[in-house]
Amino acid sequence: MTVSSNKTTRVGIVRFPGTNCDRDVAQFVEAKLSQPVYLWHLDQFDTKDFDSLIVPGGFSYGDYLRSGALSARSPVMKSVREFAQRGGPILGICNGFQILTEAGLLPGALVQNRSLNFIDEWSVLKIENQSSSWGGEKIKKGSQIRLPIAHGDGRFYAPADLLKKIEDQGQVWMRYTENPNGSLSDIAGVLSSDKKIAGLMPHPERALFEWMGGTDGWEFIA
Amino acid sequence: MKFGVKVMPREVILDTQGRAVEQTLKTLNTPVTSCRVGKFIEIEVADQGGESAQLAMVHEIAKSVLHNPLIENYEIIKL
Repeated sequence: MTVSSNKTTRVGIVRFPGTNCDRDVAQFVEAKLSQPVYLWHLDQFDTKDFDSLIVPGGFSYGDYLRSGALSARSPVMKSVREFAQRGGPILGICNGFQILTEAGLLPGALVQNRSLNFIDEWSVLKIENQSSSWGGEKIKKGSQIRLPIAHGDGRFYAPADLLKKIEDQGQVWMRYTENPNGSLSDIAGVLSSDKKIAGLMPHPERALFEWMGGTDGWEFIA
Repeated sequence: MKFGVKVMPREVILDTQGRAVEQTLKTLNTPVTSCRVGKFIEIEVADQGGESAQLAMVHEIAKSVLHNPLIENYEIIKL
């Protein structure tokens, strides 16, 4: 990937065998005039080299055992955890969201859709709380956005006590206005308690330009 | 030594696979009233440290990797 000298913000894109939204995310990062850097699942990296990290979607490790379970325990995640501990912003999209929950960096779990179907459609989402890193003021609390979803295991689940904690601490990032998959409390995305780590099932990188069918994903990266 | 780890979805979780299999079994006019689907994982560990140490290690593996406590329970069976 060509890199021009004015691209100073470095965004790490974590790749596993089976990741398939990595190039879309890299092009999104480039379109925002930042520098995408691919990070391989077997490697560790110097956390000081990156301004933010994105874990893109796909079917990492074939979704074996549980979606995101094996990826969450691969060597690169040691550095991802370190990055999180330093307060670095991390975004998990779709399978990336599943990986971050399996890694314990975001609360809850994502299980198979209630309908058993893989669902590929546009969804309307209501923003419940703002992330301090992703979308910030531009993805405003109370606003509605339209993004595509494409998943088989997208039903958000958390035991009652954890769900209450997620709600009470303002960690619900967004909800579906029409629940497509049986997610508890219509949850489509959640935040870490410091709001720097964020995960969502919809795909912002698939809604950047009019020709894609919508532009609401554009503000997710600064 | 060989162990089996049985991983089942927690009762509170809607077991979508189990529901689908149950539906098919009912369609086949079997007397099945309910069905749940989980996983069975066979693992073999190096013969060192005695049985209780190995069992403790398998518990550790099951806890940290093979099951997600939010959605599943597990049980270890000596094979």
